[in-house]
Amino acid sequence: MSRRPYIRPVSKTTWYFRSGRYKRYILREITCLLVGLYCVLTIRALAALAAGPEGWNVFLSAQRSPGLAGLHAVMLVYFLVYMTFDWFKLAPKAMPVQLGEKKLPDRAIVIAHYGLWILVSLMLFRLLGVI
Amino acid sequence: MAIAKKAFVWGLFAAGGTVAAIVFPVLIVLFLLLSLGRVPEGLQFGSIHAFAQSWVGKSGLFLVLSLSLWHSAHRLRTVFHDFGVRSDALVAKAVYLAALVGTLITALFLFKM
Repeated sequence: MSRRPYIRPVSKTTWYFRSGRYKRYILREITCLLVGLYCVLTIRALAALAAGPEGWNVFLSAQRSPGLAGLHAVMLVYFLVYMTFDWFKLAPKAMPVQLGEKKLPDRAIVIAHYGLWILVSLMLFRLLGVI
Repeated sequence: MAIAKKAFVWGLFAAGGTVAAIVFPVLIVLFLLLSLGRVPEGLQFGSIHAFAQSWVGKSGLFLVLSLSLWHSAHRLRTVFHDFGVRSDALVAKAVYLAALVGTLITALFLFKM
């Protein structure tokens, strides 16, 4: 064994810029910030709702802003691409379903996730009177 | 970490991720509609308050928020590592504590509803 092994210098903070695969990984992982952000926004909405009709209406008018609209639109696209679609794609790898000797094909698991997603979204939009 | 504990932590992370992947696009669309000044009927005070007061609404909101907070905290823990922060024990305490506080605040507001 060599006494001074060659160690490739790898940055601890910027390593994911080295390859497309790593970049995709880090773009996917930082969606946790969006999940956290929208949790906080929703908890704030709950606080306003618990404060009564006036608190709720103040909250509603505070949400109205073209800047926020742009931000939400960007967040929506980013979230769909790097969280929802990536999560569905990885689901069969992370949670394979064993049926006796055989495995449920990956495609079936992915399709089931998309089906559930569309169903739940339509139900929620219907329930809230959006559609 | 013991395997059983690891499986539990990961199970909550996976459940939270699935819930967030499915529900959060709808949530973001709702915030988008509000920012455009379009308040859907179901988000008028009367209907959304009645929903948040019902047991179905309370449990639904609590499950979605608590699982998503846990998912976010667990992933944020590894993101800290990815960005070069190596004090995992401290990071883990901080993110899980934040998720716990968020969960308790959610429960408090739902209780007060």
